[in-house]
Amino acid sequence: MQSSNDEAHWSRTRSLMFTHLAIWFFFGYIVHMFVKPLNQIIIPILNFPLGFYMAAQGSLIAFVVMLFVFARQQDRIDREHGVAEDD
Amino acid sequence: MATQSSANAEFYRNLGRMYGAYTGTFIGFVILLAILEQVGVPNRILGYLFVFFTLAVYALIGVMTRTAQVSEYYVAGRRVPALYNGMATGADWMSAASFVGMAGTLFLLGYDGLAWVLGWTGGYVLVSILVGPYLRKFGAYTVPDFMAFRFGGNFTRFLAVIVLVCCSFTYVTAQVFGTGIIASRFLGMDFTIAVYVGLAGILLCSMMGGMRAVTWTQIAQYIVLIIAYLTPIVILSTQKYGLPLPQFTYGQAIADITAREQQMIQSGLATAANLKPHIEPFLSYTPLNFFGIIFCMMCGTASLPHILMRYFTTPSVREARQSVAWSLFFIFLLYFSAPAYAAFSKLEVYTNIIGRDVSTLRPWLFTWGELGLIQICGKNAVNLDAAVAACKAIAGHPGVVRLQDFVINTDVIVLSTPEIAGLPYVISGLVAAGGLAAALSTADGLLLAIANALSHDIYYKMLDPNAPAFRRLLIARILLLVVAVGAAYTASHKPGDILAMVGWAFSLAMAGNFPALVMGIWWKRATTAGAICGIIAGFGLCLFYLVTTRYFPGVGVKYFGMTSLVHPVTGAPLVDIAKAMALPNAMESWPTLAHPLANKVGWFNLNNINCGLLGMPLGFLVIWAVSLITPEPSKEMQAYIDEIRKPRGDTILQEKA
Repeated sequence: MQSSNDEAHWSRTRSLMFTHLAIWFFFGYIVHMFVKPLNQIIIPILNFPLGFYMAAQGSLIAFVVMLFVFARQQDRIDREHGVAEDD
Repeated sequence: MATQSSANAEFYRNLGRMYGAYTGTFIGFVILLAILEQVGVPNRILGYLFVFFTLAVYALIGVMTRTAQVSEYYVAGRRVPALYNGMATGADWMSAASFVGMAGTLFLLGYDGLAWVLGWTGGYVLVSILVGPYLRKFGAYTVPDFMAFRFGGNFTRFLAVIVLVCCSFTYVTAQVFGTGIIASRFLGMDFTIAVYVGLAGILLCSMMGGMRAVTWTQIAQYIVLIIAYLTPIVILSTQKYGLPLPQFTYGQAIADITAREQQMIQSGLATAANLKPHIEPFLSYTPLNFFGIIFCMMCGTASLPHILMRYFTTPSVREARQSVAWSLFFIFLLYFSAPAYAAFSKLEVYTNIIGRDVSTLRPWLFTWGELGLIQICGKNAVNLDAAVAACKAIAGHPGVVRLQDFVINTDVIVLSTPEIAGLPYVISGLVAAGGLAAALSTADGLLLAIANALSHDIYYKMLDPNAPAFRRLLIARILLLVVAVGAAYTASHKPGDILAMVGWAFSLAMAGNFPALVMGIWWKRATTAGAICGIIAGFGLCLFYLVTTRYFPGVGVKYFGMTSLVHPVTGAPLVDIAKAMALPNAMESWPTLAHPLANKVGWFNLNNINCGLLGMPLGFLVIWAVSLITPEPSKEMQAYIDEIRKPRGDTILQEKA
């Protein structure tokens, strides 16, 4: 049955989920709603308009980094509650 | 335990060495062919060498990794390390549409095309956070396996199989179609024969060893496709800007394109009406459809069975999560290069073709013109004389190619960029081998998903639960063959809607699977009745919107209150409804619907690729509402869900040995 440890584990897992979904929503949608003003900014040296750059590379990099960070954070939660798999 | 882990460590070390050697051999092979080309070996021979060498390698891996064990066949024995599974998923994921089509779409649409790039990467966040690792812990062989367990019974299983087959079959047909195009262009074969040659390649990889063989060939295919994709643009970037990092130098290419666009308008080579500035947003999609595509492709990614089942093969839940991250990393390598590809080839086309005298067009163009993929002045550019004659026929034509005179099929962009830029033929052959690898690897994954669902879920779980392992695997292989031949037969008839259907597959998967998967894991209160109603309602609405808007627009207008979509820039209706309804065939497809990707009528100005946007929320709503009015799931089931949420411990489903 559900112990208090399990409940604590699941509530931390859930809040981690919501945090990452919020970041995902920001990079997937919010930032691209401002593409027109962002395109006025040109990234120095690389010469990209910022709005275009975010959709072509910026958000993608954010997604990749997020996933590696998420894998580590969730693993830490699992370990601290003793529900992680053996190495 | 100790011997097993040291044996595993040995196995991983060997993997690195093996694939390292393989990569080296492949590069050596490309260099050898480059030398052969310089010596004067004809292009046709080089094309054959490329295609047959790579096919032979995949087949060899397929034969070497054959298996007679059920768990090896379905989930590769659950011991594929995170990094390698990531690579395999990358190849599984990146289809002919990604490899061949994406850069072309970006070329054509500019900024708006980036919706696909965003949607097809961000979806992995949902896979990792919401679905994938939990399914791994559950221990299923197929996605319907999970559905049947969580939402008790074979009716849910059957629904899940229908959703799976609907979204996977059209998708696999498109892959077989893609292999046919590439093989017929580079081997000079008849298209129909080329389709069956491609099919043989696909079957050699997956027949003998199921998931295990597909895993190890997909890794080999990933290596070929990423080398093939990056090589031409690295060369172009070095030539133009002196730096072999196209992903960073193409900012300059975009600035050059923007400058050239202005120049073309000033010199009359283009008009402001027919030129879509490359970085300007929302010229092809309205903001609703732009964000709708992103959303549907993301949720679709997290619902596609052939992707989810790749995460059943990792040794642990932890590695499943890491593996999603690696998958996206390997996919990212190609996707963040695609806009660079588009920018470089657009710059080449704008400077080398637009503004050039028609009589001096270079010969490569006509090999594509013969296939009907490049048009000059409104006619297929089969040869120089035809192109000159076509332009002469236009009153007041200046004799140089204007932007509106040049029409290129988006699928040609990637395959022809080496030729556009005047690179040696060996690079073209390399790109073709890469495209072939992309199409084959995705087709393998999809075929396996369909055949496994039919053999494991329908045959073993529903028809004959006592079947011995030998017969189960035999049935699985026979079904694989049947599905593959079916896909090849469909593809050989060149159905016009195939490419549109790939986009639809995502929406269908999302509407049918996503709500039930997510609610099944994250909400214990979700009941069987809720899930069944939710799947039927969500999937049904999505399918209804697709079919009605695409094939029966008249019915949609008359009975379901659909209206004409509007042009994203001018806001004018795309079709005059009153006039179209007066036509004798008003209830069926209208003549104006010739373009496969576009529907002209609908609700809320919504493109039918985004039908998941209607179906998925309905699915969630129905599951929620129906679950609340039906009795809550048994204590036992709720305990199982608690187990799924904890990585430690045995999987819920155990294969009887």
